[in-house]
Amino acid sequence: MSFVFTDENLKKIEALKERYPSPKALSLPCLWMAQHQESMVSMEAVEVIAELLDTPPMEIYRVATFYTMLNLEPVGKYHIQLCKTLSCALCGKAEVLKHLQERLDIVPGESSADGKFTLTQVECLGSCGTAPVMQVNDVYYEELTPEKIDEILETLR
Amino acid sequence: MRESKIVSRKFGHKESHTLQVARKHGGYSAIDAAFALEATEIIDIIKVSGLRGKGGGGAPVGNKWALMPQDHDGPSYLAVNADESEPGTFKDRQIMAKDPHLLIEGIIITCYAIGAHDAYIYIRGEYYQFQQILQKAIDEAYAEGIIGEKVMGHDYRLDITIHRGAGAYICGEKSALLESMEGKRGHPRLKPQQKEPEWYFGNPTLVNNVETIATVPFIVKKGAKAYRLYGTDSSPGTLLFGLSGHVNRPGIYEAEFGVSMLEYIEQYGGGVKGGKRLKAVIPGGASTPVLTAQEASCVRLDYEDLRVMGSTLGTGGMIVMDEDTCMVSALKNLLEFYHHESCGQCTPCREGTGWVDGIVESLLKGEGTEEDVDRLLDVSQTMNGKTICVFAPAVSGVIDSFVTKFRGEFEAYLKGAR
Repeated sequence: MSFVFTDENLKKIEALKERYPSPKALSLPCLWMAQHQESMVSMEAVEVIAELLDTPPMEIYRVATFYTMLNLEPVGKYHIQLCKTLSCALCGKAEVLKHLQERLDIVPGESSADGKFTLTQVECLGSCGTAPVMQVNDVYYEELTPEKIDEILETLR
Repeated sequence: MRESKIVSRKFGHKESHTLQVARKHGGYSAIDAAFALEATEIIDIIKVSGLRGKGGGGAPVGNKWALMPQDHDGPSYLAVNADESEPGTFKDRQIMAKDPHLLIEGIIITCYAIGAHDAYIYIRGEYYQFQQILQKAIDEAYAEGIIGEKVMGHDYRLDITIHRGAGAYICGEKSALLESMEGKRGHPRLKPQQKEPEWYFGNPTLVNNVETIATVPFIVKKGAKAYRLYGTDSSPGTLLFGLSGHVNRPGIYEAEFGVSMLEYIEQYGGGVKGGKRLKAVIPGGASTPVLTAQEASCVRLDYEDLRVMGSTLGTGGMIVMDEDTCMVSALKNLLEFYHHESCGQCTPCREGTGWVDGIVESLLKGEGTEEDVDRLLDVSQTMNGKTICVFAPAVSGVIDSFVTKFRGEFEAYLKGAR
């Protein structure tokens, strides 16, 4: 398996280089572009980014392993990330988690058999006023209830 | 409590995030006033206004700006901290979603004051929806000549670039933020003994929170005195305080400093949910020591009064807990957060957060021993003041407050009473 950036992303990277004092600043933007292309960051992508930014691959790997949102393993088409931190926990997160587990037949850290869903519990999403909250890929769903979870899952099928 | 809207003034308008609506309600009207002044005059106004950093630290903003060299031989930068990740805090997203042009206006004035031509907004990776609204506003501003080669016709170049984080709480610490923006792991830097600016690739850099920057246009346009009409002498102005947890109407409501915490919870939050009694309040984001209901009932929302109460104002994001809340479980929840988010650079923090998390877990399982409660305080002591950044000392303060104020609940687990 090899990795190549799309032409559009390569253009974006070149444009971004103008905005920063050093190309080294672009490791996170490049890692994000790689993840948006392949829904994860592969070792091949790490090497391509290292070459583009004239940095040792180990430096990019060091960064990729530090940030929770970068997936180093494949995830489902829909990555459900449920906030588990205090305000959500106080406002019914447990009930929402139980319902998600039953509906998807998986526990946090697992993916559904059809590869469609991955369920993860994450730390504070900064949405405490509309708890409980989850993020599916890049989109927030707030003030969750079991009924609302059913509606959301319908749209993701 | 009187209405005190400075930053949230335009939030209620329909389509408030668009340039058209922003302009209709006075958006960008502070720019010409700012460019009519010398850069140092703006810094003086900010100093006189008493504006304090709204990201949690509460440091005087004008003094921080004054650290930026006006005659630096090379570029200077502004990094706007939009890495809002402190549990209980969700105010900056309101600004970015509801009035992004106010933030851009603040960025323009701040950059002019410190001589920066490049500003970066470091936004937490999870806030992608808000990033898109903000990017659209930036694109609009470029298209209308508000930023770019000439800021609103003035001979001043300014570029604004959004830099997306990727899920690391510690990047909200200003030096970790800059490390991250340099393309590295977000490890906080050692602090200098004397005050100096931050550094981005070796160039002087100012790091300020979104809400701080969004307050600047009001002060420059209306004057330092107008800002001081709100709040107290030492904590002038307003803050986007927030409510979450067991309240009827959670949300963000701007208020002036110095109002009563209980009154704020009653008036804006509609009181404790389900008519229950209040047990505790975390006053300003998870990293501020918890207050008992008794303490919460007599504290005012300003930096000084919370300090007197042995806590801190932090971000002003209050987490309200009712009488049925298990304080041991609540602490466990926060310790899991800290254990996960410790950057791993310093041993007392990396090991300590895991250790205390484990101790509280064994207590909750009914497997705790007599020494465990005191051991929590002992480990907390070892974490305090022995690390590069304030992450571990904050955790230490949280542990101490939970264990000393609710010790009975911790000991109850030893007696199998729960």
